[in-house]
Amino acid sequence: MAKAVLRASLVATGLVWALLAQTVPAGDVKRYVVEGSRAAGLESCVEPTERMRREHMEFIKHQRIATVHEGIRGTKHRLSGCVECHISYDAERVPRPIDRRDQFCGACHAFAAVDLNCFDCHAAVPNVSGPAPEVGEAHPTAVVAPSVESRRELGGH
Amino acid sequence: MKDENQVTHEGVDPERRAFMGVAAGVTAAMVAPGVILHAVAAVPRSEPVTSDVRWGLLIETSKCVDGCSACVDACDQENGLDLQAKHAQESLENWEHQKAVWIRKVKLQDNQTGRVTNLPLMCQHCEHPPCVDVCPTGASFKRADGIVMVDRHTCIGCRYCMMACPYKARSFIHQESHGQLTSVPRGKGCVESCNLCVHRRDHGQESTACVDACAEAGHEAILFGDLKDPASPIRKRLEDIPNRQIREDLALNTGVRYAGV
Repeated sequence: MAKAVLRASLVATGLVWALLAQTVPAGDVKRYVVEGSRAAGLESCVEPTERMRREHMEFIKHQRIATVHEGIRGTKHRLSGCVECHISYDAERVPRPIDRRDQFCGACHAFAAVDLNCFDCHAAVPNVSGPAPEVGEAHPTAVVAPSVESRRELGGH
Repeated sequence: MKDENQVTHEGVDPERRAFMGVAAGVTAAMVAPGVILHAVAAVPRSEPVTSDVRWGLLIETSKCVDGCSACVDACDQENGLDLQAKHAQESLENWEHQKAVWIRKVKLQDNQTGRVTNLPLMCQHCEHPPCVDVCPTGASFKRADGIVMVDRHTCIGCRYCMMACPYKARSFIHQESHGQLTSVPRGKGCVESCNLCVHRRDHGQESTACVDACAEAGHEAILFGDLKDPASPIRKRLEDIPNRQIREDLALNTGVRYAGV
């Protein structure tokens, strides 16, 4: 009897641990979602979270071919969409580059020891010049643009 | 003589008429948003580009002013080329030689007569581009709408295309880039050149940065448009005034045409 109780309690503890292990990373990730962005109001990203974790690179790879060769823009798997929703800001509302080791993309890539090359070329912060090309979405992009522009004028290499 | 149509008009079925009315209404309701969407445009492109259009430029050199660099500056601003900076140790000569430029202002002088001609020279968007012929990875390609560009994901930076281009239109990025624009990703180790403001094309905007800047400076020396549309302003102007391709002996059928050279 005592053995059965012990076993049951062990199983219960194990289950609780398993659940906690699931929720902790989820809480970590939540921290990187911009308040007021489209992502903040959604249950999961453009695909279910599990699929995004495993297959996001496939999605953006297909998207890049469609965009560069066929000119298809503004679709849900675009890289600029990742940046728009998952960027974070410091106290002065200046965006932190998303590939930094403590940011949304950079943190996970550093943990998984996978090189992240996207942002060698792509903008790591929402950086729109002139009339905003990504129209029709209530993103903080427009708010960010002036601060980025001013940094640019300072000649921030 | 009796009109045969009279017979059919007499037996109108009210139920059938009502059904037709509803059907027409539903069809209109479903089609109309699409039509209106196309009329208003300016939404990002969702269908692949087709060869129904071919984008091109017409440059009227008589209107191009000596000393003006409005088009070059606008291009630099639009595509983030102004974010490039000279290394401290690098010589000015080396920097001028190696920095990326998409438009070059060229000054021609006829030594016999002394006549001076100014013109902007950029990628000529050939129908048969030599850069595409020589590219070993397929990174240099021609889009269906005639824009010649580089897929930076597959470019290995061999610079064969730079050697092949008769117009010296391409640049190599020698240094790491920072602060890139969302609409123009660019980075070290790739070749790049004018892409007729491809991000503007895909968002349904009307012209290119250089064309806007030239008009704003009051010169209107550059005209942008669809070379395949007989009603487009560029086609009409091409019909009206004498114009030619640079190095037409190479039979590349360029998309950028020049008047007055």
